[in-house]
Amino acid sequence: MRAAFEGSQAIARAVARCRPQVVAAYPITPQTHIVEGIAKLVADGEADCEVVSVESEFAAASVVLGAAAAGSRAYTATASQGVLLMAEVLYNIAGMRVPLVLTCANRAISAPINIWNDHQDAMAVRDAGWIQLFCTDNQDAVDTTIQAFRITQDTELPVMVCVDGFILTHLFEPVDLPSQEQIDMFLPPYQFSRTLDPRRPLTLGTLVGPEHYTEVRAQLHADLEAAVPAILEADSDWADLIGRRAGGLIKCDGPHSAGIGVLTLGSVYGTLQEAARELLPDTPLRLMALRSFRPFPVEALREAVDGLSDLIVLERAIGPGAGGILANEVRAALAGLRDVPRVHGAIAGLGGRDIPIEILPRLLRLAEAAEPVRCTVIDLQSAPPARSGGAR
Amino acid sequence: MLEIRIHGRGGQGNVVAAYLLAAAVIDAGLYGQAFPAFGAERRGAPVAAFVRVACDTVKRRCQIEKPDIVVVQDPTLLRTPATLAGLEKDGRVLVNSARQEELPPPAGLDGRWVSLPASRIAEETIGRPVPNAALLGALLTLTGICPLQALEQALEERFPPEIAARNRRAVRMAVERVEENAWRSVVDARGL
Repeated sequence: MRAAFEGSQAIARAVARCRPQVVAAYPITPQTHIVEGIAKLVADGEADCEVVSVESEFAAASVVLGAAAAGSRAYTATASQGVLLMAEVLYNIAGMRVPLVLTCANRAISAPINIWNDHQDAMAVRDAGWIQLFCTDNQDAVDTTIQAFRITQDTELPVMVCVDGFILTHLFEPVDLPSQEQIDMFLPPYQFSRTLDPRRPLTLGTLVGPEHYTEVRAQLHADLEAAVPAILEADSDWADLIGRRAGGLIKCDGPHSAGIGVLTLGSVYGTLQEAARELLPDTPLRLMALRSFRPFPVEALREAVDGLSDLIVLERAIGPGAGGILANEVRAALAGLRDVPRVHGAIAGLGGRDIPIEILPRLLRLAEAAEPVRCTVIDLQSAPPARSGGAR
Repeated sequence: MLEIRIHGRGGQGNVVAAYLLAAAVIDAGLYGQAFPAFGAERRGAPVAAFVRVACDTVKRRCQIEKPDIVVVQDPTLLRTPATLAGLEKDGRVLVNSARQEELPPPAGLDGRWVSLPASRIAEETIGRPVPNAALLGALLTLTGICPLQALEQALEERFPPEIAARNRRAVRMAVERVEENAWRSVVDARGL
């Protein structure tokens, strides 16, 4: 059914149609509308699920961890400081290999306090062992949310669906909301191979000493890398059923002859696409949006950038003291290739700063530099002082 | 593509106005996109919302810096430079005011702005001074971007029946007070 929704409400309906049995979340801007929407669907009798009110994000993550381990399809959503407060539990969820779906309504991190969008929250937990999928628009958010429930079940790895806070969560536009019947065909009932059951006692997350811990961690890494086919299969099965893909591992747009590419994460992809069409109609450009940030799709990325002389990485997060988090991972993934493109790192849109379509020509000027640009914050409006704050 | 920016104060239903307008144009078969100027909404604080209307899907997610139409829910906001910032050369302004002649005329806007006593209409019809529905009725009448029935449908989908009916009355009263298709040339120039 094609209808117009606020992004949060579209996600709430998609989640409800995946028939979660337990939803627990703590309100935080800009995520709150999603869980409010689910609670209302339950209150109105349109969804049958236990909505658990909790006192913090730590509790929310703990409740869904327990619920999923006990055999329920479970869901939570959060953002920003909520992700940080969950961080300990997020590692536990991945370490215990419990299937879960979490929507991260991406938002900046304090201090200074800021409620607006960037990707710092998701980046802060990138090594927690979760699959992380970034959405470029609200259709993508709906489709990826539904696929996430399938992927988490197939891989027994938790899935974080990253949706730009405000920019998508509060964007009202038409989306196609798949029917209950379609979703039921796509998504089998929840099952977990190690469901807690008093008749067959087992322990999850027990103490593991030096004799096994390394193997457990190595296994988590190997399993994250091995999750790539499950992500691709969910998307292709979805396309067979619905007639639409959500982007696989990486979305690409533009001619293969292009010498310059721009790679990004999330909703700025659409802005870049229109910028290319409107401002630079005669410049061949390859635009890419990484959908799967974890697992990091090294092979797919290498294919996507093949033939480029310059690759500009645009990201909405910063690794203080290191530079662009995505740019650095891209460099690592391409290292050792023959004819590797020059990788330029650009940061923009932190804490809700608008990224206008005029960003594209400015980004392309980076490719004119004699040496690759390691990291530049491209939308600074005033130069930072040479040295600010701190003790001498 | 037609770009509309709505300025008002927290509590005047700015985001609701943007969502209603997008819902109406979508209902009429166009593409519509609406979103707030992402901020901490506080009652009385200046806020803005954005609407894009086009024949085909719009993918850009950036804010509207060069609006074709600005809707001003509180006339005191005309004193703030941000309200009319970036208005296109042929852009139009719809202001909620009972007293167009007493307002400081915005520089260079001769013949490009229309005022409507939207708060007064709302007090008479809705029972409190929320100007958004009346302004939307006037905007659709001035531009002709979609039929009024589409707006009435959007009101019915968003509000309980009694509130929707009162808003409908506000819309109808506003429609009588502005010239039909007076801004049609702006809309035509955007390919709608």
